[in-house]
Amino acid sequence: MTKKVPIQITLNGEERAEFVDSGATLLRALRDKFGDTSPKGGCHQGTCGACSVMIDGELHLSCLTLAEVCEGRAIETTAGLAKDGVLHPLQQAFLEGFAAQCGFCTPGMIMAAKALLDHTPSPTRDEVVEALSGNICRCTGYEPVIKAVLSAARANSQKVA
Amino acid sequence: MPLSLRTVDTIPEARAVLATGQARYLGGGTLAVRAANEGDLSFDTLVRVADPSLGTVNVTGGRARLGASVTMSAILRHPELGDIAPAARAIGGPAVRTVATVGGNLFAPTPYGDFVVALLALGAVVETDGGTMALDEFLLLRGRFDGIVAAVEFALPATGTFRFAKVSRVKPKGLSVLSIAAVIETDADGTVTAARIALGCMADRPVRAEKAEAALMGAKLTPDGVAAAVVAVSHGIRPATDPIASKWYRREVLPVHFRRLLLG
Repeated sequence: MTKKVPIQITLNGEERAEFVDSGATLLRALRDKFGDTSPKGGCHQGTCGACSVMIDGELHLSCLTLAEVCEGRAIETTAGLAKDGVLHPLQQAFLEGFAAQCGFCTPGMIMAAKALLDHTPSPTRDEVVEALSGNICRCTGYEPVIKAVLSAARANSQKVA
Repeated sequence: MPLSLRTVDTIPEARAVLATGQARYLGGGTLAVRAANEGDLSFDTLVRVADPSLGTVNVTGGRARLGASVTMSAILRHPELGDIAPAARAIGGPAVRTVATVGGNLFAPTPYGDFVVALLALGAVVETDGGTMALDEFLLLRGRFDGIVAAVEFALPATGTFRFAKVSRVKPKGLSVLSIAAVIETDADGTVTAARIALGCMADRPVRAEKAEAALMGAKLTPDGVAAAVVAVSHGIRPATDPIASKWYRREVLPVHFRRLLLG
């Protein structure tokens, strides 16, 4: 029988604790134990970016991160972005800009974009392209996604102004 | 297969775990966890070292020492490593760079490991728990290396002397068709006084282009001046065929990109 190990994390601002299989990835723990299915399992090789989450404010691939390594750390996923029924500006921009088709890559795209905007609120187009370079989409192509991120950045700056 | 994680404080403790024969060292996870995800049954334990000094960058006296756990992101953030930043930025996307380590890159098989191509051009030495060795020597034996890497060390290149190119089919990021790193010093007249050139994807490991280095000595970085080196750069290469490119293609485009790097 697979050994179980306890882990305690802050998931989208909420203290959570679960027993997970020893050696389980964070992706598996989030989806199977913590009930957060927003990170997607695509390639499991660190290539597609669909499983992207933030750990302590930095972008990580949950498929390559062992859950045990996350003990005591703060995890953010797309599931935690909307507040009180109001979508995050990135989610709103993706929605309005038709930046999702099948939607499988979208949570990872949004977390990668959030990682960028958290540090670079007014990015250039090249910076957006670079920030999304670890995320693969096989439906829309990337233009609507890039435009959505730039649109969200503009919306944020107008809000600040 | 169940996988267990052991976290230890020191390299000798990790070495003891690895000696069981069923364990693999865990750095950032881009190689070891990926292997586990792909069903690699050769290990059932991952061991990592919690020693924070492994994640430390020291720059003193014109030399840089990068602990094995230093990530590509940390290199990009470091104010004194700006000259080699292009090589760190060539590794994966942002999420990969958050965790991909210098030590892990030493073991990344072709077509990965572009940062090591840069380290080879920089003349890096590798500190292991069994002693220190030149990177060239380390790469020759890495397939049967059973120690643990603690750090790499190299002389920081003089400003403007380090050149790096990674060629991918997918923009802005993709696996390497090839990568080239070079440290080229010139005198006041623009004559090359020192050249150290390394190639990625041109063998089963990053390799030096020693014939091209010799051909550049005393030459000027002009179309005529680099012509002999451009011919020589393909000497002795044995490029790989993989889903990214055939060995024929890699062999054909190497001189083109090498020439651009020299004249750029």
